[in-house]
Amino acid sequence: MNIKIGYFVELFIHYLLDHFKPFFSSIANIIEGFMVGTESVLLFLPPLVFIGSLVIFAWIFTSRKIAFFSFFGLLLVFGMGLWISFIQTFVLVLVAGFFSLFLGIPIGILCSKSKHTDRILTPTLDFMQTMPPFVYLIPAVMFFGIGQVPAVISTVIFAMPPAIRLTRLGLNQVPDELIEVGNSFGFTPFELLLKIQLPMALPSIMAGVNQSIMLSLSMVVIASMIGASGLGSNVLNGIQKMEIGVGFEAGLSVVILAIMLDRITSNIKFGKKNINK
Amino acid sequence: MNKIEVHNLTHIFGHNPKRGLKMIKTGHTKKDVLKQTGLTVGINNVNFTIQSNEIFVIMGLSGSGKSTLLRCLNRLIDPVEGRVIVNGTDIKSLDKKALREIRKKEFGMVFQNFGLLPYKTVLENTTLGLDAQALSEEEKMNRAESSLQKVGLKGWEDKYPGELSGGMKQRVGLARALAVNPSILLMDEPFSALDPLIKQEMQELLLDLYDEMNKTIVFITHDLDEALKLGDRIAIMKDGEIVQLGTPEDILTNSKTPYVEDFVKNVNRSIVLTASNIMIKPAALLYENDGLNVARYKMSQNNFTSIFVVDHKRRYKGIVRFEDVYKAIKNGDKDISALIRQTKTVSPDDTINDIASDLSQSNVPFPVLDSGNYLLGILVKGTILENI
Repeated sequence: MNIKIGYFVELFIHYLLDHFKPFFSSIANIIEGFMVGTESVLLFLPPLVFIGSLVIFAWIFTSRKIAFFSFFGLLLVFGMGLWISFIQTFVLVLVAGFFSLFLGIPIGILCSKSKHTDRILTPTLDFMQTMPPFVYLIPAVMFFGIGQVPAVISTVIFAMPPAIRLTRLGLNQVPDELIEVGNSFGFTPFELLLKIQLPMALPSIMAGVNQSIMLSLSMVVIASMIGASGLGSNVLNGIQKMEIGVGFEAGLSVVILAIMLDRITSNIKFGKKNINK
Repeated sequence: MNKIEVHNLTHIFGHNPKRGLKMIKTGHTKKDVLKQTGLTVGINNVNFTIQSNEIFVIMGLSGSGKSTLLRCLNRLIDPVEGRVIVNGTDIKSLDKKALREIRKKEFGMVFQNFGLLPYKTVLENTTLGLDAQALSEEEKMNRAESSLQKVGLKGWEDKYPGELSGGMKQRVGLARALAVNPSILLMDEPFSALDPLIKQEMQELLLDLYDEMNKTIVFITHDLDEALKLGDRIAIMKDGEIVQLGTPEDILTNSKTPYVEDFVKNVNRSIVLTASNIMIKPAALLYENDGLNVARYKMSQNNFTSIFVVDHKRRYKGIVRFEDVYKAIKNGDKDISALIRQTKTVSPDDTINDIASDLSQSNVPFPVLDSGNYLLGILVKGTILENI
C-alpha cells in the first residue's frame, strides 16, 4: 500500500505558489531589506570598532568575564580571516532571532489567554520542533528562491517554538494572588499584562529568547545548503573539499559566536537587579 | 449609613452551578450537594449590612467561605446568586468597565501573602494601584510617599520586597492599598502569615490608621482574639453560612451555637469583657444621712469590712470602713460624713484587663460609676477570677 501524503503536500504547496506569489515576494522583500541594511552597516564599521562596542556592551550589561571572552573570541575570528562570513552569520542569527521573538512572544501571550489557541498551537509547535529542519528548506526555496531570505524563514520556523512555549509557561506561572491584586485595583486586561504578568514572566521569557537564539545558530550551517552565505557555507566548503582545517576554523567561529550570545542573553541585567538571580 | 449591603448571596464553585443552587434551596446541606453533584458550596444565602466607618470582621476556619465572601464584595468572584450593594450601586449589574471604575474608586485590598512584585522596589510596589488611575507622575509619587510614611516605611523606598521582613512586606501591602485612597479596605487574613509579636504590632498600626481615617474595613481572620480586638462587629461563618453576627460582647457573652461557644472557650476574655459585664449588685449601700449605728448594723449583717456611701439619688459619695465606724461610736461621734474616704472608681467601659491588677492589690471592692457618678454596681476580686 502506498499512502500519498507527500503528493497532497505538493499539491498544497503548488496551490499556494500559484495564488499567493505576490504575498511571498513582499515578505521576501521586507526580510531582504532588513538583512541587507543590517549587514552593510555592520560591515561598514571597521572590525575593531565593532569588537570594541560589543565588548563595552557586554561589560556594562553583563559581567567583566563575558566581556573578556568576547574580546579575545572576536579577535581570534578576525585573525583567522573569517570576519565577513562571521558578520553574515551574525546578521542571519540576529534577524532570525528578532523575527522569532517578534512573532513568538505575542503568540505565547495569546496562548496563555485563550485555551482554544493553546489547543491548536501545542501540536503545531511539536510538529515544528521535531520535523527534521532540512525539510523546511525545500518549500523555503520554492517560495523564496535561494540565498539569505529562505534561510531566515526556515530558521524562524525552527527557532520560534521555545519563545512561544516559554512565554506561555512564564505567564501561566504568575501566582493567582498577583492577578487578584491587579484586578482589585481595577486594571484593564492590558494593564494587567503590562504591569504584572509580563514583568513576572520575564525570567522565563528571557530563557525563551536565549533558546531561540541558540536554535537559530544551530540552523545556520544547515541553511548554507540553500545558498545562505556566512560561516555555514565555509563549513560546507570544508565538507565538500574534505579540508578539515577550513571546516574547523569556521566551526570554531560558530562556537565562539554561540557562547558569546548565550552568555550575554542569559546574564543580561535589567536595572539594578539581575532577574536571573 | 449602609456602606455595603449583602442580600441572599450564594456562590457555588464548579461547572454548571445551577444544579447545586436548586438543591441548596430545597434544604440540602453542603455535604449533600458535594456528594450528589460534585459542586462545592462556597457561601450559602448570606445576608448582612456593613455601616460606614466600621471595622467588620468575618471570622471562620479555613473552608468556611470567608475569603469567597470577601471576593464577592468587589466581584473578584462573581456570585451565582444574590446582590451586593456598595454605596447604593448594585455591583452585580455593572459591566466590566463600570466594575473597574468602582474598584478603582471604592476598594483597596490587602492580601494574606502580601502580593508584592519581587522585581519592583517598595516605592514601585506602592504606586502599583495608582497606575490604574489617571494621575500625574508627581501626584503618584506624593501619594505613595505619604502612604509609606503612614505605615512607618519612610526611608525604605528603594529596597526590594526580598530584603524586607514579613511585617514590613505587609506594611507595603497596606501602604499600596491606602495610596489609592479607597473608602473600603478589604483585608484577606492580612496578618495570618506573621509571627505573634509582629501581628500585634500590625493590629495596633491598623487601629491607629483607622482612627485617623474615614474608612470602612472588612477584615477576614481565623483568629478570634484578632477578631475581638479589631472588630466593631463580627460575623462568624461556618460551612458558607453566617452562624452568628454581633458585637464582640454579644459573641462572647451570648454564644448562639455550640460552634461559636467552642471558639469562645479558647479566647482570652479579659480583652473584651468590660466592668459592666461582670459587676454585681451590692448587697447593701449606706445613704449619706444614715447614722453611725445604721452603718455598723448594715456592715455586720453582710460581713462587710467597708461599705459604699451614696446620696438619695444613688450618686456615689465614697466608702466607709468598719473600723472607723467602730472607733467613732466609741468616741460618741454622730456625724458620718467625716468618715467618708475616697477610693478608686471605674467606668463601665473599662476592660477587665485594665482593672485586674489594681483590683487585685486593693482590699476594698471598686465602685462602677457612669458619667453622672451614679453607682451602677461594684467589682469584687472573686467575680474577675471567675470570668478570666
